[in-house]
Amino acid sequence: MSCWETIADYGLRSLGIGERLLPRDNFTLCQQVVLIGSGMLWNIYFGLISLVSGFFLATALALGKASKVRVLRKLAEWVIFLFRGSPLFIQFFFAYFLFLSLKGVSPVFDPFSSAWLGAALVLFFNTAAYSGEIFYGALMSVPKGEVEAADAYGLSGWPRFRRIIWPTLLRLSWPAYTNEAIFLFHATTLVFFSGFPAWQQRGDALYYASYFADKTFNPFVPYPILAGYFILLTLAIVGVFGIVNRRLNRHLPQERRARLRLRRGPLLR
Amino acid sequence: MFAFCTDPETLSGLSWLSCYLTTGKHLSIYVSVGTVLLLLAITAPAALLFGFGGAVAARSPLPPLAWAGRGYIAIVRGVPDIAFFLFFVIALDQFLEWLRHEWKCPDWEGSVWQGSDFVVCAEAKLPLSTAAGWVHDVYGFAVAVLTFAIVFGAFAANVLYGAMRAVPRAQLETAEAYGMTRRQIFRRILVPQMWVYALPGLSNLWMVLVKATPLLFLLGVEDIVYWARELGGAKTPRFTDYPHPDWRVWYFGALLVFYLAFTRLSEVVLARLTRRLARGQATLGGAAQGGSA
Repeated sequence: MSCWETIADYGLRSLGIGERLLPRDNFTLCQQVVLIGSGMLWNIYFGLISLVSGFFLATALALGKASKVRVLRKLAEWVIFLFRGSPLFIQFFFAYFLFLSLKGVSPVFDPFSSAWLGAALVLFFNTAAYSGEIFYGALMSVPKGEVEAADAYGLSGWPRFRRIIWPTLLRLSWPAYTNEAIFLFHATTLVFFSGFPAWQQRGDALYYASYFADKTFNPFVPYPILAGYFILLTLAIVGVFGIVNRRLNRHLPQERRARLRLRRGPLLR
Repeated sequence: MFAFCTDPETLSGLSWLSCYLTTGKHLSIYVSVGTVLLLLAITAPAALLFGFGGAVAARSPLPPLAWAGRGYIAIVRGVPDIAFFLFFVIALDQFLEWLRHEWKCPDWEGSVWQGSDFVVCAEAKLPLSTAAGWVHDVYGFAVAVLTFAIVFGAFAANVLYGAMRAVPRAQLETAEAYGMTRRQIFRRILVPQMWVYALPGLSNLWMVLVKATPLLFLLGVEDIVYWARELGGAKTPRFTDYPHPDWRVWYFGALLVFYLAFTRLSEVVLARLTRRLARGQATLGGAAQGGSA
């Protein structure tokens, strides 16, 4: 079987398109590369959907934490504490079993116990909490002069936030937010190891990598392949966020522009 | 455990709960909390040691050593750590077995890789197939600890490397002017001063380490996640005196609370430590506390 046929059979295997049965023995390098790559589709799906939706909740949480209304402030603080203070792994488990028991209450909760919705929901709250804290920090360091200037020009309320505070907030938080995006994509690998079942073996990249490692007793092939894919994904994220960073900073003189400096921090959460 | 627990069917309410929560299996989940704390207690200093070694190697004037140190720091970037965990656990196990295999069975014919099997001679197995059950448990735990130490050691190396470079150059130059040797400068000036710069990074690392402990479950150790799944699952009257429906959501809820409390406690302690270490340092935090700095 040539590699092209393998790609045709397994390229979209993680979505349930193509060959049903996974290869059982005599694994070729091509099969491993294709299947793990196919699993990456799930990682990208989880990462993108929770990053985009989490962005809005994160902004709301940052504003809530800075709010003068006590109830809003406490609520935002608690959401941030709950999702930043506990391991994502336990959050996945808890959410899965919660949805499982809610299933008995109402059929509305049926889709929540499958990964595409339930795990995405957990990741959405998780990344919103982490980014909310980042945005809050940036909000606190928005220069006072800019806000006063906005006041002097008669801007207030929503227009002041939309046109003055928000762009500066984004500009200040962007390097940290880039890191958060990278961590989020890496965190998506936990989904299928935490209760959420991989229905019909449609798993993510790590699911297939550990499948091969278990079957061949050889971790030295599948995990480096996985690593390669994730390094590519990380480079892509850095590239896209770098473009946005340039746009956010384009009004600044050249030497004051914040370069995207990435922290080499731990990626677990 | 209690005397009134002999006939669970007659119990109700609190007394039922107190008996239920002290069954032999529940005692195992309490022990496994101890496992988690033990892991943290061993891994944190071990990772710090690995990190220190990595940072010193990365600063070394010898190119091969510097490359090794920098490679160690760089290798954990860009790849999900969970992949490292899954990788190192198998890789370490095979590496150790291969070493013992070469040492104990030099006459062995053929490769250790046979098709998709990894085969070593019976004497080289780790742990030996004749070993007692607890030896297997301890070995599994030790490999897990080593894995944690390697992965978190790389992060710690990065933090310490940055901290060593953050120590003001003037401090080192002054020491040179006093005629100290490289080794003396390192021990008396650099290392004592670097901690205050390293602490924010190390605090962060500690929080991450605490939150990474449930991953022990993936490494095959019977930790709290394992027991929460075991104990929470639905139990029928045929197999237990304490039948109950699926309670896993409660068990994981309890774990969630446990971790929240733990991270909160860590935050408070680390904040105190930061204040204490900043005392007398030539930084804004130190100056704010007054004193001779």
